[in-house]
Amino acid sequence: MYEGAVQDLIDELGRLPGVGPKSAQRIAFHILATDTADVERLAAILRRVKADVRFCRICGNVAEADECRICRDPRRDLTVICVVEEPKDVVAIERTREFRGRYHVLGGAISPIDGVGPDDLRVRELLQRLSDGTVTELILATDPNLEGEATATYLARLIKPMGVTVSRLASGLPVGGDLEYADEVTLGRAFSGRRTVD
Amino acid sequence: MPLYRDEAVVLRVHKLGEADRIVTLLTRRHGRIRAVGKGVRRTSSRYGARLEPGSHIDVQLHTRTAEPDAGRGHPRSNGLDLVTQVETVENYGAKLSCDYSAWTVAVAICETAERFTAEEGEPALRQYLLLVGALKSLARAEHDPSLILDAFLIRSMSLAGWEPALKECAVCSAPGPHAAFHIVAGGTVCANCRPPGSARPQPESLRLMSALLCSDWPVADAAPMPACREASGLIAAHLQWHLERGIRSLPLVDR
Ligand SMILES: [Zn+2]
Ligand SMILES: [Zn+2]
Repeated sequence: MYEGAVQDLIDELGRLPGVGPKSAQRIAFHILATDTADVERLAAILRRVKADVRFCRICGNVAEADECRICRDPRRDLTVICVVEEPKDVVAIERTREFRGRYHVLGGAISPIDGVGPDDLRVRELLQRLSDGTVTELILATDPNLEGEATATYLARLIKPMGVTVSRLASGLPVGGDLEYADEVTLGRAFSGRRTVD
Repeated sequence: MPLYRDEAVVLRVHKLGEADRIVTLLTRRHGRIRAVGKGVRRTSSRYGARLEPGSHIDVQLHTRTAEPDAGRGHPRSNGLDLVTQVETVENYGAKLSCDYSAWTVAVAICETAERFTAEEGEPALRQYLLLVGALKSLARAEHDPSLILDAFLIRSMSLAGWEPALKECAVCSAPGPHAAFHIVAGGTVCANCRPPGSARPQPESLRLMSALLCSDWPVADAAPMPACREASGLIAAHLQWHLERGIRSLPLVDR
């Protein structure tokens, strides 16, 4: 245990995902040893990110306005939506340059063991986007692990009767992994080789 | 015993750090254990797909004794065994992920198995066999998934010593069948013992519960829908009464 502010900082850092007590301690002492100007910059960006960054009212991606950069882009294809779990997956797919449509960010995957059901994700918002008939294809790009697969199964069952073509990324993405760890070539190939869900 | 091998079912996975996972396993010989799978979330991992919930695996583990300075160490991995090898016996979870209803049932079964093995490292062979049997039956679509779940729940309660009385009075043991059912009393109750507020389920519902308890599948498969629904409700209520916290995935089962 350290005194006052140092311990408070270690405790706060330790609450971040993937940061254990040892790493928290290391980061805290790194911050202590860093120039005041650098730390001020970090503090300022933390404040700015909470004040300025919102979620796009169309797709749920992170945005600095009501709508994100992708939804505002008139060159994007309005007839295709790619469904992902998290904003970081949008970044991973954008890197492949394979996809010219728009996204829908669910905010996670169905995970009953954590108490997360379909109603806790942005499923209703997705159905709303499909209701006017503009969208003709939906690509399910949830993580290639079981919860991602089951979420895709659930969405396909829900949406296929609406007359929208539903497809899933081609295999080649090993089961059990996180989408963000797939390299660009593999992910790009999975995209172009996507198969229709029947 | 630094290295040991066992058969197991993966009950639950947690993300750990950048690419690792903590897996909760119900093993055949060592009861419920938690172990660390290193790097399994990278898409290049050979183990990732095998360490998913509902996987039936043959696993080799390495016992890690907590370091002397464990207090300042990484409590989320320290002292947990390390997965060193995994072979798939049957990938039930993956098979079921393309059938949403069956998958939600598999998740509820795994969570229940975890809750019914309260002590880590305490052998629970009968619970293990019940779990493997339920997942196998689910993957082969032998019965309605909802019935498989209810059979698993009521038989798990029976293993734990909380079997609801169905053929005799839960209070005085007078032979039945009795028409009234009371959760707190512990099952069906006779006219003399019946507490106020007892339920009066359909006789078919109680017959179905008995059939599920003793694996009389011809009777269970033929049960009418209202009886299935009522039996599910009574089993869930009975379970809820005995567990401190509810099974989180149970309300999310797609019946
Ligand atoms: Zn957007
Ligand atoms: Zn009685």
